Amino acid sequence: MRHFLDFEKPIAELESKIDELRRMSEPEGMNIADEVERLNEKVERQLRQIYAKLTPWQKTQVARHPDRPKAGDYIRALITEFTPLAGDRAFADDAAVLSGLGRFRGRSVVVLGTEKGSDTESRVKHNFGMARPEGYRKARRMMALAGRFGLPILSFVDTAGAFPGIEAEARGQAEAIARSIEACLEAPVPMVASIIGEGGSGGAIALAASDCVLMLEHAIYSVISPEGCASILWRDASQAPVAAEALRLTAEDLKRLKLVDRVIAEPLGGAHRDPESAIQAVGDAIAEALGPLLALDSTTLKARRREKFLEMGREGLAQR
Amino acid sequence: MNWLTEYVRPRIRTLLGRREIPDNLWIQCPACEQMIFQRELEKHLKVCPHCGHHMRARAEERLRWTFDPGYGLIELPKVPLDPLRFRDSKRYADRLREAREKTKLEDAILVGHGTIEGAKSVIAAMEFEFMGGSMGAAVGEGILAAAKLAVLQEAPLIVFTASGGARMQEGAISLMQMPRTVIATRLVKEAGLPFIVVLTDPTTGGVTASFAMLGDIHIAEPGALIGFAGARVIEQTVREKLPEGFQRAEYLLEHGILDMVVPRGELRSTLARLIRLLCTQKVESEAA
Ligand SMILES: [Zn+2]
Repeated sequence: MRHFLDFEKPIAELESKIDELRRMSEPEGMNIADEVERLNEKVERQLRQIYAKLTPWQKTQVARHPDRPKAGDYIRALITEFTPLAGDRAFADDAAVLSGLGRFRGRSVVVLGTEKGSDTESRVKHNFGMARPEGYRKARRMMALAGRFGLPILSFVDTAGAFPGIEAEARGQAEAIARSIEACLEAPVPMVASIIGEGGSGGAIALAASDCVLMLEHAIYSVISPEGCASILWRDASQAPVAAEALRLTAEDLKRLKLVDRVIAEPLGGAHRDPESAIQAVGDAIAEALGPLLALDSTTLKARRREKFLEMGREGLAQR
Repeated sequence: MNWLTEYVRPRIRTLLGRREIPDNLWIQCPACEQMIFQRELEKHLKVCPHCGHHMRARAEERLRWTFDPGYGLIELPKVPLDPLRFRDSKRYADRLREAREKTKLEDAILVGHGTIEGAKSVIAAMEFEFMGGSMGAAVGEGILAAAKLAVLQEAPLIVFTASGGARMQEGAISLMQMPRTVIATRLVKEAGLPFIVVLTDPTTGGVTASFAMLGDIHIAEPGALIGFAGARVIEQTVREKLPEGFQRAEYLLEHGILDMVVPRGELRSTLARLIRLLCTQKVESEAA
C-alpha cells in the first residue's frame, strides 16, 4: 500500500477514485478510460502544484518518506558486481553502513552508504540508519582501501545522525566520526557523495566531506534535526516546522550557500513516486561529477577539496 | 567537612544578605556548595580548595594560566554576521550582540601566541560563556587561524575546548566547520608540529567529533563532561539509566579515548614537558 503524507491528501483521494474506477465494470454511457485519463491529468497538475512549493518541513517529510529509495536501492540499481565488505577489524560490523566494492558504469569503485531499512525487520537490522563508531571505522577502512588501489569513492547518505547510545560513546563515537571526516578529506582518489534523503549532522558529514556533494531536490541536510533544534531553541518540539524553515536545510538553500555542489531534480511528486527515475538521475549526476575528477592527480584533488571546504561559510545568503 | 568551613559558612551567608559586600567577592562551589573567597579561588585557578571541583574557566584565563607572561593575542578573521538571518524567540544577530557585550569577545574563541616555560606555542581557547562555546564560522576561522599561526611560527598548537556543540543558528554552515577544523589539524600535523587538545568541561557535539578528537595527545581536566551526544538524547533513545560517571573525563580515560586526566594546577607544567619531549629534534638542532 502506498504511503501518503498529510499534504498529499488531495492526491490520495484522486488516486483512490482512479483505483475505484478501474475496478468498476464498464457502466452504460461512460468511458472509464477517458475518466481515468482526466483524473490522472488532475493528479499530475496537483502534484506539480504541491511539489513546486513544498515548505522546508514538508521536504523533511518527503526526505524521510518510508517509500523513498534507500542507499541499498541505489547500490542495487547503480552498482554491478557489488561485493559487500564487512567489519572495522576491531570490534564489529555495523549494518547501518553499507560498504563494498563494485562497478559503477563499468569502473571499479568503493561504495559507502548509510542504510535506514525499508520494513520493520530491516530497519532494526540497520539500526534505522544510525551508525555506531564501528560504522565510521569501517568507512575509514574502505576509504583507505580505495586510496591504495586508486578507486573512486561513491557514498550515499541517508541518516538521521550518528547513533546516540551508551556503548557508542564508550567506544569513541566522536573520534570515529572525526577520523572518518579526515579520511574523506585525505582520500587520494575522487569522492562523490550523494545526499539522497536525510543528511543528519555529524553522522552525515562523516561520509560527505568529498570533492563533489550532490543533493536530491527534496533531501535535507542539517546540523540538527528540526525537532531537536525546536526543542532546544524554542523549548518546544512542536515548533519543528518553524525550525526547519530557519535552519535552511533544503537543497536549494544549501546550493545557494555553496555548501553542496549540485541539486538533482526529483521525479514529479518526489523520489518515492518513481524510485527508478530518481535513482537513474542520481546515477547520471554521479557520472557527470566523476568524469572531470578522474582527470586530476591526487595532489590536485586534495588541494581542491580542501580549498572548497575552506571557502565555505565565508559568505552568507545574498540579501533578498 | 572541616572546622573552618563549618564555622565560616553561616557567617558568610549573613554577610551576603547585606548589601555592602560586592556580589563577586564570595563564590559558592557548585559541587560542594561551600563558599570560597574570590581571591582564594583565583589563586587556585578556579579549583575549589575544599573539594577539588574544577569550575569552568574563561578563554582569557586559559591563556593567562598557561603562557609565560608577555604573550600576545591575534586578531581573528571576520565572518558574515548572521549568514542565515536566523530567528528563534530572538534574532541571532541580537544574541550575538548580547554575547559580545557580556564577554567582551567577538566570538567563542581566543587565539594567542607566546611561550610555555620558555617553549614557543600557539594556544586557541574556547569561551563557553559565549553562546555555550558553540562552533560557527567564527570558531572555525579561529581554529584555522591558530593552525596557520602555529605553522608560521613552527610552534605546537594547543587547543582548550569548551563547547556545547554546533552553533545551530548557522545551520549547515556550522556543520561545515567540522571538516574545516579537521583541515586545520592536518596543516599542523603536516608541518611536523604537535597538536595537543585539552578537553575542558563541557566539550560535546560537533567540536568533539572533529578537531577535538584528532590531537596527537588528548588531555582532559578532572570531571570534565566530554562526549558526542547529549545525555538526555541518549537516555531518550536507549531508555536506560546512564552509568555512573558516564561521559566524564575519568570514564573516557578508562575507555581509551584520552591520554591523561590532569588537574588544572599541573596543566602548564605538563604541557611544557610534553612539548619538550615531542620537539627534541627541533630543540636539539636549534641548540647545535
Ligand atoms: Zn567544592
